[in-house]
Formats: sequence, structure tokens, C-alpha cells
Amino acid sequence: MSGPASSPVLELRDVTRVHGEGEAAVQALRGVSFAAYAGELVAVMGPSGSGKSTLLTLAGGLDTPTSGVVSVEGVDLAGAGAVGRARMRRTSLGYVFQDFNLIPALTAAENVALPLELDGRSGREARALAREALAEVGITELADRFPDHMSGGQQQRVAIARAVVGERRLVLADEPTGALDTETGEDVLRLLRARCDAGAAGVMVTHEARHAAWADRVVFLRDGVVVDETGADHVESLADATAQR
Amino acid sequence: MTVKNALLALLEQGPMYGYQLRTEFERRTGATWPLNVGQVYTTLTRLERDGLVAEDGADTEGHVVYRVTDAGRDEVAAWFTTPVARTQPPRDELAIKLALAVTVPGVDVGSVIQQQRSATMAALQDYTRLKRRGPDPASTQEPHDLAWSLVLDSLVFAAEAEVRWLDHCETRLRRAQLERPAPSPAASPATASEETVR
Ligand SMILES: Nc1ncnc2c1ncn2[C@@H]1O[C@H](COP(=O)(O)OP(=O)(O)O)[C@@H](O)[C@H]1O
Ligand SMILES: [Mg+2]
Repeated sequence: MSGPASSPVLELRDVTRVHGEGEAAVQALRGVSFAAYAGELVAVMGPSGSGKSTLLTLAGGLDTPTSGVVSVEGVDLAGAGAVGRARMRRTSLGYVFQDFNLIPALTAAENVALPLELDGRSGREARALAREALAEVGITELADRFPDHMSGGQQQRVAIARAVVGERRLVLADEPTGALDTETGEDVLRLLRARCDAGAAGVMVTHEARHAAWADRVVFLRDGVVVDETGADHVESLADATAQR
Repeated sequence: MTVKNALLALLEQGPMYGYQLRTEFERRTGATWPLNVGQVYTTLTRLERDGLVAEDGADTEGHVVYRVTDAGRDEVAAWFTTPVARTQPPRDELAIKLALAVTVPGVDVGSVIQQQRSATMAALQDYTRLKRRGPDPASTQEPHDLAWSLVLDSLVFAAEAEVRWLDHCETRLRRAQLERPAPSPAASPATASEETVR
């Protein structure tokens, strides 16, 4: 499944992103190489301003690097052009934000169906897939509700459904639990985790260690550089002891 | 101290022999704090000497079985009604290491912090994996599953607190470095570290 044997779903190669010019230039990322494979959830941690959101917006094709290559399922996002990137955002990858970013005038089901309809699928097909995605995140009964009439946790579930609808292989989440209480946050992680266990690649930015711990790998960013990564086969004896129970 | 009280508390449930005590202890606490059988028997000998347990014959296979005495019951009751002393925190190797790292010349404190953060995060990932794999604490009927899940929670909270503390140390260190810019490389390392940190 995961690991270097397969090719990554997301790959950043020597990516640099400079915001602004001249005196005001900020190097948000400096030569970052990073990959996420099918079936794994990767957490990105780092202090505020270390480049986490920049990394994610580049991975999601919402921004383009100053130098280096970002590819999703082997497709170079820069080469795909703006139209190609927009298409990939509707079909290959999903994005979850801290503040949910749902469209207030649309119901939950319509929010989830929107990327599919924009992609030219029939309304009926899009709605059927949207209901499937809502079922996956456990809120079938909220399909016809508007965002204003949902709790934060419910809105985030809708946002996750929108990010995974139609079998998208890459899920990107920027502080998805940031606006939620601990329990609700765990529910959101459980959903992301399940999606990755089912074969998607996930990348999640978080500053909460407890939430990052749901990931298979934790990558640490400092000043636009990846400084470290967890290996994660610690405390094996403890794990073995539980496996025997 | 802890082992003694834990064994006494287990014996409140009924007479047991050493190996059983070890098994019951680990059912409740995982293998977080492994107990060897030798340690169990040494402790039982001491408890017997102090009149807190007594031999209660042997089972069919010849294991010597122990039971708790009235004095032992009082001891357990006292343990549960007295808070664990926190006035003298146990020595914390990490806190001591960092205290020395920021004062000893030539130590890359940033990488001491990052290495620890990685290691602690890796442990937290393991605990989280164990929690996910284990029975749902909300639905489990087994008291020792609940016990083990609470022990895991304790490990999670401690690891989480450690990561937060490391983040805090890093922020303070960076601020200290900004407020007092490092002297020119010509300065001796000892002078440099005295001036940049503390
Ligand atoms: N659009 C932008 N224009 C100018 N600077 C930016 C812009 N976006 C981010 N930055 C800067 O890039 C750096 C990294 O930002 P960001 O990726 O948002 O960090 P994080 O998500 O880790 O807090 C910061 O110094 C930030 O101020
Ligand atoms: Mg950010």
C-alpha cells in the first residue's frame, strides 16, 4: 500500500515559494521536498508562520510555487494550467478548511454535490454521490439543512464530505479541528483517518499534538524548511503487549 | 511504594499467588510499567514481614497463595484516601537536560528540543494507535479495559503536555536570542552562551 514502493499521490520536489518582492519578499517555503502516499495520513506541524498553509495551498493547486514541482497523481500542477488545476480540485483532491467554507445559500447536500456539478456531472448523479459522502461522514439526516442551522462539528463533517465526494484520492486539511472542541475534533480525525485507511492520501496541518498523533507520520516545518519527521516505531513493547490482549 | 500498594489493593479482591498478581497488575496498566515476578515475590515477602499480607496455603499446583490482613486493608484504604505527594516532583530527566543544555556552551539547544519533540510525538502516535485499536471506553463493560484505557489517557496527556512545553521552550529561546543578539563569532563559546541565554 503505502511506502516508497508505490508512487506518491502528492509529491513536492524542492519547492520554494516567495511571497512579495525585493525588500518585502518572504520565503514561505525554501526547498521543501515532501510526499504523501495512498493509505497514509501525514500531519504537518510547526509554529505560526513556518509555511504550513503555503505548503497545503501549493499541494491543492490554489497557489503555484516560485520554483520546484508539485504533482498530484503524477500530474505536474504547473503544467496542468489554471483550468487543469481547477479541474483537479473538483475531481482528484479535496480541501478542508478551519472555518469550513461552506456556501451558506446551499444545503449540505448541495454543498457536497457542487464540485461534481461544476465538473459537468448530471444533477442526479451528483446528488446521489453527495448522499453517499454524507452517509460516510454519518450525517445523512442533515442533507437538506443549511450551514447556519448546523453546529461547527456538523459543518466540518459536511466540509469533509465535500472534500472526499466522488472518490478523490488526496484530502488536504488546514487546521480542520481548529474551531472545534476536543471531542468533536476527534470525530473529524476519525473520518479523515477512515478515508486514508480506505486508500486516500491525507495531509493535515495542525498545531495540536494530540490530533497530529492520529497521523502515520508527522512532519515538522520551521521557517519554511522540513526539519524533521517522526519514524513512529517507538514503544513497540507497549504495542505488542496490547496486541496480545 | 507504588508496587506495594498496588499488590495490596489487588489482594483485596481475593487471595492470589505472585504470578497471578503480576498478570492482574498488567491487565489494568498494560505493559506500561512491567513488573517482574521476582519483584512481586520480594514485595510480598516485605508485606508479610510487616503484617500486611499472610500466606493462605497453596493451590493445587503448589503455588503459595497470599491474602490481605486487616492491617493490609487499612493500608489500602489509607492509600486511596491520601493524595499522591506532588510536593517533591520526581526527577525529570528532560527538564534537567534542557536546563543544562541552555547553560553548557556549545550545545545546539534547538536540536535537543526538536529531537525530543519528534520522539515524544512518535510515542504519542503509538498511544493514539493503541487507543484506536482498543475497545471503545464508552461501551466497554470490562473494568480492567477501562483501567487500561485511563492509563493510556494519562500517557497521552503527559506526552501532549511535554510537546507543549517543548514548543514553549523553543519560543522562549528564540525570543531570548532576538532580544540579545548573539555576540560576534570571535567571542568565546562560554561567553556567548552566558550572554544569549538565561
Ligand atoms: N499572501 C501572502 N503574502 C505575503 N506573505 C505571505 C502570504 N501568505 C503567507 N505569507 C507569509 O509566509 C510565511 C508562511 O505563512 P503560512 O504558510 O501561512 O504559515 P503557517 O500556516 O505555518 O502559519 C509567513 O511569514 C507569512 O506571513
Ligand atoms: Mg496556517
